Amino acid sequence: MRSGVIAKKLGMTRLFLEDGKQVPVTVLQLDALQVVAQRTADRDGYTAVQLGAGVAKAKRTTAGMRGHFAKANVEPKRKIAEFRVTPDCLIGVGEEITADHYFAGQFVDVAGTSIGKGFQGAMKRHNFGGLRASHGVSVSHRSHGSTGQCQDPGKVFKGKKMAGHMGAVRVTTQNLQVVRTDSDRGLIMIKGAVPGSKGGWVTIKDAVKKPVPDNVIIPAALRSAAQAAHAAALAAAEAAAAAEAEHAAAMAAEQAATEEAALAAAEQPSTGGDTDEN
Amino acid sequence: MNLIAQIEAEQIAALGKTIPDFKAGDTVRVGYKVTEGTRSRVQNYEGVVIGRKGGATISASFTVRKISFGEGVERVFPLYSTNIDNIEVVRRGRVRRAKLYYLRTRRGKSARISEDTNYKAKDSASA
Repeated sequence: MRSGVIAKKLGMTRLFLEDGKQVPVTVLQLDALQVVAQRTADRDGYTAVQLGAGVAKAKRTTAGMRGHFAKANVEPKRKIAEFRVTPDCLIGVGEEITADHYFAGQFVDVAGTSIGKGFQGAMKRHNFGGLRASHGVSVSHRSHGSTGQCQDPGKVFKGKKMAGHMGAVRVTTQNLQVVRTDSDRGLIMIKGAVPGSKGGWVTIKDAVKKPVPDNVIIPAALRSAAQAAHAAALAAAEAAAAAEAEHAAAMAAEQAATEEAALAAAEQPSTGGDTDEN
Repeated sequence: MNLIAQIEAEQIAALGKTIPDFKAGDTVRVGYKVTEGTRSRVQNYEGVVIGRKGGATISASFTVRKISFGEGVERVFPLYSTNIDNIEVVRRGRVRRAKLYYLRTRRGKSARISEDTNYKAKDSASA
């Protein structure tokens, strides 16, 4: 089980594919997503990573949190969340996670705080049917009707669905598909809607109801790893270029030598008649 | 420009579609790709544009109305759809509304739109 990520919901747009299909996508952004702390089995009794995202002003961060961030040697974060991981998926403190953490086509679960709707009636809140439009119904067309039995229980059971506050609760939407990722700008595009408003924070995890794909990056797609890979690729390219240059130089030297030899050969036996010099 | 608008602008550029300058009141011919089984062909749909919406976003669309066999038909096309092969302006109309919903209640002579004979494209009107 590897770590999830904290992302900011930027909004929705659509993608036009080559085959004429349109895909509605939600754009989520990883904003300075770093590991702030680790939870280990011998110290805390469980293993997890604490991630922080966004940028908070140092002067608006409490002294305690400033100390916490200072210990991890990271900038103050706006949003913090913990993700349970298996011990092999622990990530070092200060490491930055990139959008390559997920690949296009992967299924993920996205959790966030849904948009608050305020005090709503039973019809909107619980999809009740309401009362009839006519046949003697007056005033109470959108009411919920009966809430229980008679004198026997003599009470309304707890948990009865009624009117009340709706929305602004934590909602998880499962099995959403990643359509595209952009690690340069830290963008993850997910097919369909995710809970919450624009600018809100959501957490993305590998889908719990699907098998873990083989090609996920364990423990996580890290900026340091990407940089190391980039540096290695650069070094390899350089080495290849150097080898190429060396090879070219050797070839040139060889060619020069053969040409010289040919020239010398052509010059020495001048009796050879027509030479095939070009 | 926020990031969503930026992504949309990039996608519009990447799609690389040439969209003629047209507005409500113009008559257009839209070549729409239709797939029948395995074969795909281009179907033309010609009619009066009765409105455009969505502005400069990738979700922009336009509505084309025509009278087909005596029955009014309206079709909404996404402006940047990859299913649209081409859009051709057949006739420029002179109208004083952005949305010509009043055409729905009209038939025949009263549903005509006078032609804009000396049409000049605005500099900014590229899409």
